[in-house]
Amino acid sequence: MKRVAAAFAAALLCASGAVAVSEPGPNQAVIDSADMPAKLSAFGIFRAGTSEPVDALLPYTLHTPLFSDYAEKHRLIWVPAGQQARVAADGHIDFPVGSLIVKSFGWPEQNGGRPVETRLLLHRASGWTALPYIWDADGKDATLAIAGRRVPVSFKSPDGAAHSIRYAVPNKNQCKECHSKAGTIVPIGPKAANIDFGTALSRPDFARFFVKVPRTTAPMPRWDDPASGSLEQRARAYLDVNCAHCHNPRGSASNSGLFLRWTDPIGVNYGIGKRPTAAGRGSGGMEFAIKPGDPDHSFLIYRLESLEAGIAMPELSRSTVHKEGAALLRQWIAEMPKDGH
Amino acid sequence: MRVTYLPRAALLSFAALAVAAAPAAAKTISVSAGTPDANEKLQEALILAEPGDVVELGAGTWTLTDGLSLDVDNVTVRGAGTKAGEGSILDFAGQQGAGEGLLVTSDDVYLTNFAVLNTKGDGIKSKGADRIVYHQLRVEWTAGPKETNGAYGIYPVESSDVLIDSVYVRGASDAGIYVGQSKNIVVRDSIAMENVAGIEIENCYDADVHDNVATKNTGGILVFDLPSLPQQGGHNVRVFDNMVNDNSTPNFAPKGNIVASVPTGTGVLVMANSRVEVFDNMLADNGTANVMIVGYRYPYKDEKYQPLPKDIAVWDNQHGKAGFAPAFPGGAEIAAAMGGSIPPVLWDGAGSAVVNDDVAVLSLNLPDVGTPQSEAKPSPADLKGEAPAPLPGITLPESMEARVQ
Repeated sequence: MKRVAAAFAAALLCASGAVAVSEPGPNQAVIDSADMPAKLSAFGIFRAGTSEPVDALLPYTLHTPLFSDYAEKHRLIWVPAGQQARVAADGHIDFPVGSLIVKSFGWPEQNGGRPVETRLLLHRASGWTALPYIWDADGKDATLAIAGRRVPVSFKSPDGAAHSIRYAVPNKNQCKECHSKAGTIVPIGPKAANIDFGTALSRPDFARFFVKVPRTTAPMPRWDDPASGSLEQRARAYLDVNCAHCHNPRGSASNSGLFLRWTDPIGVNYGIGKRPTAAGRGSGGMEFAIKPGDPDHSFLIYRLESLEAGIAMPELSRSTVHKEGAALLRQWIAEMPKDGH
Repeated sequence: MRVTYLPRAALLSFAALAVAAAPAAAKTISVSAGTPDANEKLQEALILAEPGDVVELGAGTWTLTDGLSLDVDNVTVRGAGTKAGEGSILDFAGQQGAGEGLLVTSDDVYLTNFAVLNTKGDGIKSKGADRIVYHQLRVEWTAGPKETNGAYGIYPVESSDVLIDSVYVRGASDAGIYVGQSKNIVVRDSIAMENVAGIEIENCYDADVHDNVATKNTGGILVFDLPSLPQQGGHNVRVFDNMVNDNSTPNFAPKGNIVASVPTGTGVLVMANSRVEVFDNMLADNGTANVMIVGYRYPYKDEKYQPLPKDIAVWDNQHGKAGFAPAFPGGAEIAAAMGGSIPPVLWDGAGSAVVNDDVAVLSLNLPDVGTPQSEAKPSPADLKGEAPAPLPGITLPESMEARVQ
């Protein structure tokens, strides 16, 4: 997705080129409170009356991102002054209380490229809290939408096809459905293997955010860059990022017995020759989640390519088929030896 | 025969209940149907509710486009009833997203007196929701059996202490009432009709299924255990005092799902569990069999999985006509050879079972689950004998029973 990369390069240039030391960071008192402010501006993440983040936050991207209806996403991390995030041995990042993770979603064709929604993950004393904000029509501020909302959105996908969808901004509970580990909210994206700080690494204040540069594990490949990993590695990265937040033994889909983490062995519980458990019509009349050599009879593909509630996977936040992602997984399954792994 | 001929469910009215006294600080959040933003307002109420609160669904039809979810402990969701025209009817015919109509992920939740119709996926799902009470609910796909209906009507999974009491479920393309990977379960006084499986207990420990009506499904009551799942080794399930009759709806489950293999005309089906008791039920007009006991006969790679039915006990059931249209491969030929019908109890020959009902038993003599069914050598079998000591009944926490008193 070159467009995204270009957009990010631009964003990062701005960020790194104009570090205004005097510009204040976000409002730590609001982050630390138990409040759910009605307006996003209460947090001081964005410059007043705009959707441009203040320079104090640290931008990052992911090698392989979650697909969200071709939205371009801008991600930011905030760690409170005097504290640092730590990278654990398994590559997950421990953020201190007072930290904030910001993710904005938008499309170049929508709102003049301004974000449509911004989701916050706040690490409060009581645990992580998720809050969804929808940007106002004038783009000057965003309003809390705790129960979520469907927003009409129009855009073009990379193949040039035009889409008009009712994009689903998730509600607070739905945030947790994906961000859930044994019933509590946790961040998903920022994992050492998948995070990429790009030019922000050279920011003078970078060391303030992290105890050390997170490079404890080999990086995950970019799902769409064959130079970054084998077909299987890229398919596995895609499944980890798009599925494993629920499909793990402590996630929302634990009961399915289908576990798709980067570290899971490729066997029955990875879908190979696995019969449907509670898929209902999500099985599409097929016997196996993954039938080696036969993507057309692998209902994992069927569900990824469906838009219908009750069939479509992921269940939330997808109103468009990710053709390119599905093509990657199709190729991976097609090239699997038919006798399985 | 201790069965009450008409289970209590059939006699209960679905009128609003008087509610037990709530804690002083608890409040009632009332939400109205019919406003343009009813979906968002209801979801907002479910998010902002605090423990002890009641979310009250106004009477009328709610036109919902997105799945609802509840993640706050000890919340009651109460409607004005389940009947069209007077109750609180949550209509998901226009649903655009989410895997179910209502998802509950918190403990001590009480759902009562509303209807959930025509969801695209499951009706009401609760996951990791301990001590949940489903009471006087209707979950229905109103066009009747269709392969495009959602899978499960009422779907608690990975939970401890589950009570399903006086619900009505119709049209599920998998199971009307499905309890999966849970412990300490009671399903009672409920009606399941025109689903593929009426009531299914899968990979569960300790369950009582009693005083229900399972009729006009493909299979009435199923007790299953499947491989490669986090909780397996299902055991200690009692199926008693139920009416399981005329389960004659052709199987309409999407292929690939395990229930798609259930033969039309199955009454009670026990697969690969240990210690299941089937007693004091009224079983009639099930064309394949009133009671079927089988192993898991598919290839599997899970070394910990136990594919055999073990220590199954069947006694004191009342059997009406059965076995007149056996819908498993080779069934018709066996029936023809036996004079038109097969006995009401069918065993594939795997594992162990004691059947003390006063009816004949047919064994397919396939003790090894790896042997294909085409090699069946059917013959009458005498499974009479001494059953293991009876299982104790299920006791639920008093707080749960108090909800429905």
